[in-house]
Amino acid sequence: MTRPILLQVEGITKAYPGVVANSDVSFAIREGEVHCLLGENGAGKSTMVKMIYGLVKPDSGQMQWKGAAYAPAAPRVARAAGVAMVFQHFSLFEALSVAENVALGMENPPPMKALAARIKSVSEDYGLPLDPARMVGDLSAGERQRVEIIRCLLQDPKLLIMDEPTSVLTPQEVEILFKTLRQLAAEGTAILYISHKLEEIRSLCDAATILRRGKVVGTADPKASTARELAEMMVGATLTPPERPAPKDWGGDHAALEVKGLSAPSPIPFGTSLKDVSFTVKRGEILGIAGVAGNGQDELLLALSGEIKSGAGQISATGVAVGGMGPAARRGIGFVMAPEDRLGHAAAPDMSLVENAFLTGGVRKGLVRNGFVDWDAARGFADEIIKTYGVRTPGSHVAARALSGGNLQKFVIGRELMQEPDVIVINQPTWGVDAAAAAAIRQAILDRAAAGAAVVVISQDLDELLEIADSFAVLNEGRLTGPRPVKGLTVDQIGLMMGGAHGMEVSHHAEA
Amino acid sequence: MGGIDPAVLIASLMAASVPILLAALGELVVEKAGVLNLGVEGMMIMGAIVGFMVTIHGESPVLGFVCGALGGAAISLVFAFLTQVLLANQVATGLALTLFGLGLSALLGQGYNGLKPVQTEAVPLGPLADIPFFGQVLFSHDWVVYFSIFMTALIWYVLKATRLGLIIRAVGESHEASHALGYKVNRIRLGAIMFGGAMAGMGGAYVSLVRVPQWVDGITSGAGWIALAIVVFASWKPWRALIGAYLFGGITVLQLNLQAAGSWIPVEYLSMSPYLITIVVLVIMSSGKGKASLNAPAALGQNFHASR
Amino acid sequence: MLRLEKRPNPSQFWLYGTPVVAVVLTMIFGGMLFAAMGTNPFEVIRTIFWDPIFGEFAFYLRGQLLVKAGPLILIAIGLALGFKAGIWNIGAEGQYIMGAICGAAVGLAVYPTESRWIFPVMVLAGALGGWAWAMIPAILKTRFNTNEILVSLMLVYVAQTILAKASTGFLKNPEGMGFPGSRNFSSYPAAANPELIAGSGIHWGVVTALVVALVAWGLLARHIIGFQINLSGQAPRAARFHGVNPNRLVVLCMGISGGLAGLAGLFEVTGPGGQISIDFNVGYGFTAIIVAFLGRLHPIVIILAGILMALTYVGGEMASTNMGLPSAAIQVFQGMLLFFLLGVDVLTNYRIRIRTGGK
Repeated sequence: MTRPILLQVEGITKAYPGVVANSDVSFAIREGEVHCLLGENGAGKSTMVKMIYGLVKPDSGQMQWKGAAYAPAAPRVARAAGVAMVFQHFSLFEALSVAENVALGMENPPPMKALAARIKSVSEDYGLPLDPARMVGDLSAGERQRVEIIRCLLQDPKLLIMDEPTSVLTPQEVEILFKTLRQLAAEGTAILYISHKLEEIRSLCDAATILRRGKVVGTADPKASTARELAEMMVGATLTPPERPAPKDWGGDHAALEVKGLSAPSPIPFGTSLKDVSFTVKRGEILGIAGVAGNGQDELLLALSGEIKSGAGQISATGVAVGGMGPAARRGIGFVMAPEDRLGHAAAPDMSLVENAFLTGGVRKGLVRNGFVDWDAARGFADEIIKTYGVRTPGSHVAARALSGGNLQKFVIGRELMQEPDVIVINQPTWGVDAAAAAAIRQAILDRAAAGAAVVVISQDLDELLEIADSFAVLNEGRLTGPRPVKGLTVDQIGLMMGGAHGMEVSHHAEA
Repeated sequence: MGGIDPAVLIASLMAASVPILLAALGELVVEKAGVLNLGVEGMMIMGAIVGFMVTIHGESPVLGFVCGALGGAAISLVFAFLTQVLLANQVATGLALTLFGLGLSALLGQGYNGLKPVQTEAVPLGPLADIPFFGQVLFSHDWVVYFSIFMTALIWYVLKATRLGLIIRAVGESHEASHALGYKVNRIRLGAIMFGGAMAGMGGAYVSLVRVPQWVDGITSGAGWIALAIVVFASWKPWRALIGAYLFGGITVLQLNLQAAGSWIPVEYLSMSPYLITIVVLVIMSSGKGKASLNAPAALGQNFHASR
Repeated sequence: MLRLEKRPNPSQFWLYGTPVVAVVLTMIFGGMLFAAMGTNPFEVIRTIFWDPIFGEFAFYLRGQLLVKAGPLILIAIGLALGFKAGIWNIGAEGQYIMGAICGAAVGLAVYPTESRWIFPVMVLAGALGGWAWAMIPAILKTRFNTNEILVSLMLVYVAQTILAKASTGFLKNPEGMGFPGSRNFSSYPAAANPELIAGSGIHWGVVTALVVALVAWGLLARHIIGFQINLSGQAPRAARFHGVNPNRLVVLCMGISGGLAGLAGLFEVTGPGGQISIDFNVGYGFTAIIVAFLGRLHPIVIILAGILMALTYVGGEMASTNMGLPSAAIQVFQGMLLFFLLGVDVLTNYRIRIRTGGK
């Protein structure tokens, strides 16, 4: 059975200064089909869908919608044609209510009261309950995604674009989402599903177009292909899993990092406060902390880095109580950290790599004398990081913002690891990084642990954690589950640790 | 204190607050759209001189007010161009607007010192004005006083209940999200900035045409800055801006009355009181954690450049 | 259709090229303004920018340049440190006044004692006065998160009332025959800040400004505090991650800029100003904002910017006496300069591309 073609993309090319995002991309989506756009970070998937949604204009090539020429000048035009999009980031307004958020995404929204009623009924029809009056800022990541989906569904779309929708969901929530998507596809809605997660694609999609460096490198029937085949098409090389050196006994039970009853209010608007978090990490051990975004990961990193102060005894590293110390003092005793947000938190975008190397390296590398900075030595340190970690850059004089995400991440992680820390905390080590760089970063982390450092990796990528961590814990609404050994954990168990499906019970979050 | 009639006091405080109320309402909309324009003082004084000049030549205060508003809007365009098109720092550009406006108004105002503009009369409301107490408080004002109250209600309604208001709030909350949904962030902000300029200009015109009424260099003497403070005090709510402006107007009128009545408090301390009280109010508002600050537009003061 | 495209690296060329472009643009548009006012624009521009340095009366005006540039540079450097860190002290005018009042009060309190310690103590008092006045917004900001822009500005108006009170009340010259204003420091040598080399215009304030510029330069380029100031302004979250305590930085930067503004006020009142009077302040505190930006917030470039801005004052006065150019025109000219500077600054971080077709 072949259904009629809904959207035909032919020879689309889009270049940005210094990078060709899409080059001669062609594919077709049929009505009622779940079509996957597969590719790793930076392959040009997001740019492609932005062109379909009218946010970006192609340099050349054309699209046809139901056989007629289609060149949306603005999202409004795309929405009118029947295209709806669920974004990966940045399209909700935290301080506005659910209903207001939905109204903003519609062309001619009904009056607020009627809209609220429709949100309630549609959300229940599709098994995604939502309260239209709540502020989006108070919702969990999964619930926020529901707002986006409902916003799309209210317009009866012919084509629903979903950009990396599962990165913010627990395994159970993913199941609910897939059920909804299958229901939609059965009703005749085409779905363009963007992801780099192979298992998901194999379970959900009918067809896949694979992008690499902006070009179509193949098509596949995901249900008939193995994950390995898809992965090799996506990456273009055979991937070697990281080497795990044999575990070494570093002697005693002496915990290199001990956190006891850590509670802290969130300094971030609509953030999650930490509630009684406790764990210990031994030398040579990697603790993986999973959890859906917005469950206290940022706050945990801030508390560990010293940007939020805590009671002196609540955190001790290498036997020293560090709770009341600031970030610089913590680095001094060999306790370093790498935050998630590379541009603006871990590094200053407009400053050179030399200055950014000094940003955290100053203390342990002895780059300050009598209050004066030894910039020559800092330059040496920056060059060393660049060399050791293969950071691709014209030199250490360029601004951090000029580096690609993967290269800057290598620089940031390298900067911390080169300080030979005893304890290191990393939030989202490979977020938005291409596969080669991600593999290099994971290997570097494993090597540091093998050299005797205690490592905490906070990540939303379960596969990553299962690959490198020795023990595993989950942050859920600011609480941490007791760590468990990774060996023998099943996905179902992890899902339950992550709190199952959020918000399926009414007013689950009311306390906070 | 004994000699001050409460009805007169209330009536005169309502008039005294018009300039800062209008300017604060305008700035409130600008800030709701995510733009921090510190040039309110400059826009007010431009409105003051343009309104004054037009009234002197055209003999019509209404035309003066309209042109004052246009003058404020025109100069706000410079700010809009610099911050929305050339992505200049909003704080610095706002300061520049004030410095420039003070200079330009002084330049334009050469030769207007000492002239008297045509008076803006109270709206004739007939017998209503004769009602004891309420007649004086409510029904003895010129049209701009009523206009300022009407604008408070209008802005409240638009921001709260209309699609335009929702879009303005959305743009001020997150320009990335607004852009992703296809809203023209910079155009909406441009509109808000010009509206803010017009309101400030009209407020300025009220200073030179009604409050003083003549032309002196630097006539607004910090009213624009106080309007900015009132926006914070109001935590971005129109009716609270009205309350804030009236409180402030009340203090101004009271201290002037006390000065005239020869109070025991030295004149200097009385005349610095509005500024000190503004500081105190700012402290109280900003120290109250949580609720009030949540109302601040999240993208306030950040420029937006659609790169991809 | 023009569009902006973000540069991967900030342009070093445009970082220091923009002030030059801005000055040229201001001359062109300012010239148009002067022409519109019925004066010969070329002559006005020459009078403002050329004559004070090379003209007939240059021997006198060059000194005047330094007299005006001294306080501008001193204040601008303090402001620049704060602006770099994202701390907006715009009440330097008030701190300048308070520095002058406090310093003058100390000197007048011991009148007519002669001691070589009097002037140094006055200098200290002046700096402390400005510092204390700046501490009000600083403490309110760190304690209550109150907006420092509005508070520091409100305090300018308060300082002006105190100045009025000082010159008509507590600092009034008892032998002044009822005229407002304090004793004149030129007739009280122990407390005066005279010209150090006759005809040069150099007084202790000018010397201090140059020394402060050098120190600030070293601080910003080499010292860790300079790094922290830069970092806090560019990436506040990265600064906290580095280990900067934002509150301490607010207190430090506000304190330095207040202290320097206070110093400027003290040197002015004991030197070129001569006495505390109602109209003692002439807006240096506000003009210094322009100087700070024109000098790219860089202490050494600020020296040049201060001299350039002093040119507009000195030359503007000449143009006003010789050609009847209203003094407000100079104010417009200065404001225009800041506008152009902020506008052209886009070139530092963005390229302008011309696109054909499409949008």
